[in-house]
Amino acid sequence: MSNNHSRPLSDVEIRVKALESLLVEKGLLDTAAVDALIDTYEHKVGPRNGARVVARAWLDADYKQRLLIDGTKAIAELGYTGMQGEDMVVIENTADTHNVIVCTLCSCYPWPTLGLPPTWFKSAPYRSRVVSEPRAVLQEFGLLLAETVTVQVWDSTAELRYMVLPQRPAGTEGLDEAQLAALVTRDAMIGVATVQAPVK
Amino acid sequence: MNGIHDLGGMHGLGPIAFDEDPAPFHHEWERRVFGMFLPIFSLGIYNLDELRHAIERMGASAYLNTSYYEHWLFAYETMLTEKGTLTRAELDARCAQIAAENC
Repeated sequence: MSNNHSRPLSDVEIRVKALESLLVEKGLLDTAAVDALIDTYEHKVGPRNGARVVARAWLDADYKQRLLIDGTKAIAELGYTGMQGEDMVVIENTADTHNVIVCTLCSCYPWPTLGLPPTWFKSAPYRSRVVSEPRAVLQEFGLLLAETVTVQVWDSTAELRYMVLPQRPAGTEGLDEAQLAALVTRDAMIGVATVQAPVK
Repeated sequence: MNGIHDLGGMHGLGPIAFDEDPAPFHHEWERRVFGMFLPIFSLGIYNLDELRHAIERMGASAYLNTSYYEHWLFAYETMLTEKGTLTRAELDARCAQIAAENC
């Protein structure tokens, strides 16, 4: 069974195969369970979930109030629960205040609403810099905020996960929930972007 | 406890490398490491704080020079060997065997 690869395996690939195969042999791991978790987070959970939460909040003032008071419960109303979403706090962007999230200690991220984090969110440069020079970091993302806008940075704890409720852009009156949700990006819910109205 | 993982405010870590690819995984091994998270955790051998602490005990240079899912892999190996589920010798022997089959 040798040489069926186009290149030698890297050290990390070997370690992963070693660990998985040993656990399977000992009866401690079922590869089907591994495959199922991958499939869930690769295909079923992602920022479309969070976008639906945002669109609902834009359209339904009562829902928005519930979302800002108890994020976990209001998000669960739309069916989004589970790992890394057990204690959700949703923070609202306004004309005066812009919010951005980070996990400086780890790479904690609200999986049920945003899916798995992008590579840059987990990287040392983002984690180190966004808390000390958020405006400069946001500018690198192409987001230039007026000096009059307060920037608040929210750093996750071991249990708590944040999500940003972006501002609804002008010119979206009359759009329904699905149309609004389609405008909401992952980056806007992290707080490194704003939501743009559709180009007419 | 302070440690290398406590990156907030640290200087000199370079620019943010943007990645336009929205896919959560970029290599098959990253998929496997992620996929093992819940099945191994469900064995009840360690809790989440112990797993994080294993990452926080990586050396500073190893921590900064390895990627997110390598941190997870290191934590699984550390926890499972420290808790006696696997031995380091078993892991090393299996790695050597796989390397020999794939060179």
